[in-house]
Amino acid sequence: MSTNTTISHRRNAVGAFIENVRDRWATAPGWQRWTVYILLFVIALLLPSDSIGQFMSPYSDWASVLFFPIGTYVVLAIGLNVVVGQAGLLDLGYVAFFAIGGYTMAMFGTKLGLNFWEILIVGVLLSAVSGVVLGGPTLRLRGDYLAIVTLGFGEIVRQTAENTDSIGGPRGIAGIPHPPSIDGVQIFGVDIFHYGVLDPRPYYYLLVVVATAIIIFVKRWEKSRVGRAWAAIREDEDAAEVMGVPTFKFKLLAFAIGASIGGAMGVVWAGKTISINPNDFLFMLSATILAAVVLGGSGNIPGVILGAFLVAWLPERFRGLSEYRILVFGAALVALMIFRPEGLLPSRRRKAELAEGTGGMGSMGAEVPGPETQAAAEGAAK
Amino acid sequence: MFDNLLGSFWPYTIDGLILGAIYGLVALGYTMVYGVLRLINFAHSEIFMIGTMASAFVVMTLGITQPLTGFALIGGLLLMVLAGGAASAGSAMLLERIAYRPLRKRGASRLAALISAIGASLFLQELFALLIIPHVFNRPQQGRNQMGVARIMDKETLFTLGGAQVRVDQVLIFVAAIGMMVLLDLLVNRTKIGRGIRATSQDPQTAVLMGVDIDKIVRVTFLIGGLMAGVAGALFILQFEVTKFSIGFLLGIKAFTAAVLGGIGNLRGALLGGLFLGLIENYGAAVFGSGWKDVIAFTVLVLVLMFRPTGILGESLQQARA
Repeated sequence: MSTNTTISHRRNAVGAFIENVRDRWATAPGWQRWTVYILLFVIALLLPSDSIGQFMSPYSDWASVLFFPIGTYVVLAIGLNVVVGQAGLLDLGYVAFFAIGGYTMAMFGTKLGLNFWEILIVGVLLSAVSGVVLGGPTLRLRGDYLAIVTLGFGEIVRQTAENTDSIGGPRGIAGIPHPPSIDGVQIFGVDIFHYGVLDPRPYYYLLVVVATAIIIFVKRWEKSRVGRAWAAIREDEDAAEVMGVPTFKFKLLAFAIGASIGGAMGVVWAGKTISINPNDFLFMLSATILAAVVLGGSGNIPGVILGAFLVAWLPERFRGLSEYRILVFGAALVALMIFRPEGLLPSRRRKAELAEGTGGMGSMGAEVPGPETQAAAEGAAK
Repeated sequence: MFDNLLGSFWPYTIDGLILGAIYGLVALGYTMVYGVLRLINFAHSEIFMIGTMASAFVVMTLGITQPLTGFALIGGLLLMVLAGGAASAGSAMLLERIAYRPLRKRGASRLAALISAIGASLFLQELFALLIIPHVFNRPQQGRNQMGVARIMDKETLFTLGGAQVRVDQVLIFVAAIGMMVLLDLLVNRTKIGRGIRATSQDPQTAVLMGVDIDKIVRVTFLIGGLMAGVAGALFILQFEVTKFSIGFLLGIKAFTAAVLGGIGNLRGALLGGLFLGLIENYGAAVFGSGWKDVIAFTVLVLVLMFRPTGILGESLQQARA
């Protein structure tokens, strides 16, 4: 069952087409790329129209669905991708940073009366600090220990919120202010800067702008020295350390960036929802976002966006089956790991890493070298 | 602040030890699988849940309305433990076959295996919430709620210890849990299959060369881990008389904490870690209030991993410390 090799040799028509597009993309001149980027941005702005909504979301308001869960999941997945996909650290408590952002918005908005933009900065800083506080002592641990510690951290944050009466306890916080509106700016009859209760579209546009900024930001990191250091750490941490990459520092940076993206999304999300409570931040959300990253193809931003979109949209579209969605989702995760561990749209580099070994994630013990486990033997030899 | 703890120190201690024994039994499954496969079997919490469900099913099928006595009681208890153990061991082996073995054969990464485990865990929880509890147990309203289980034995006080009443069932649970662990310890240290387990966890390649059938060892490891979790599930039903589709989630994380605390891969460490965690959690709840119980357990986990990542006794399924 040498799945890896058979998949790469027996490429089907769709795969060939995607490979072709990718080759074209890799050599495309700058102006073509920018045209595509701008087109994508415009498409994102046009998405909430009713004609698309009728097909995409017949059961609930499409523009609301676009904000939550779709847009929210997309941003969270991009943030988690920095940690999981780029630096190769497994974080099972990512929801904690989303919660910290949300609670920052709620507390500073209701108690201190700061406005949304000020809180956005505070929220990003606070979640980055909490990322460093969590990462500092734990990032020296082995990968799977890190997973469990982050899982524990996610629960600690949620239960602390539940047990602390000064931040609302189990009831949470209500009456969170909306972002300040600028009235009168209308495009196609939509008050695009009016952050009221009725129209979700302005929030969606806000989210698109935030998401775009984050994508540019993450993309720049990825192509810099930092991104190369992350790739080196992901592929072989010891080798990276020997080659002079300060691995701990870069892992901490990945953690802080991932955390601040989660925090930023928490602030934006809380700015729309009016009230939050600890049950908005369950482990299930962490698992869902992680699944989105892995499903789409960890390490590849277009893939991650696709994964997040599917994970958020499919349950909304097929409401009739929504009762069974987690059941299907769980089974799909297992099947995905067995048949296509690199995800739907993996980055080429990641795919190569996985084809050649374990993508730097370390292999399970008890693999027996043999014709069927070539990769394992190489992995174990490291 | 500490008055509460000092005032009823012994009751907290006894509750902590009982809970700790159950943690320890579940922790054994984590520790053994980790020792052999270097894999956090995230779905082990669901294996425990299946154990509680099977025991609850036995209690329900027997149609118990009032506590049993005499031989009926012994029979009932044995049946509970057997059903729990069999159901959990079976599902653990099935889990290994479906969710892990294909990955292992391909030499997939530990991340892939962990995600597969999370998927399996979600699947099993939902399977119970949506199908098994409403249809097999015939309790459609309780798919996602706590499900009460009839009391199978009279919980009389056996003796008092420092002002705390120690009940029959508590003694039984504690003795049963320790007994299971002693048996496992003997199995791993004294039998041929145990030697195979130790060899595999030490060095799989060499173990193969020495004629150890790795697939069999992995199967047996899951079987034993599942069996322990199933017995823990039965004891859990005996003590708390409730279960739920998601009962395993928190308990599983804590059992894993216990395994890490004692030194993952170390069987005696699992027991020690379980008891230690059970005690800390109960003392902590006494001091800070019961809402903080889980926070305390996780904080302990983070602290242990920070300062002594190899646990109290060290990681050593290999070194026959078992």
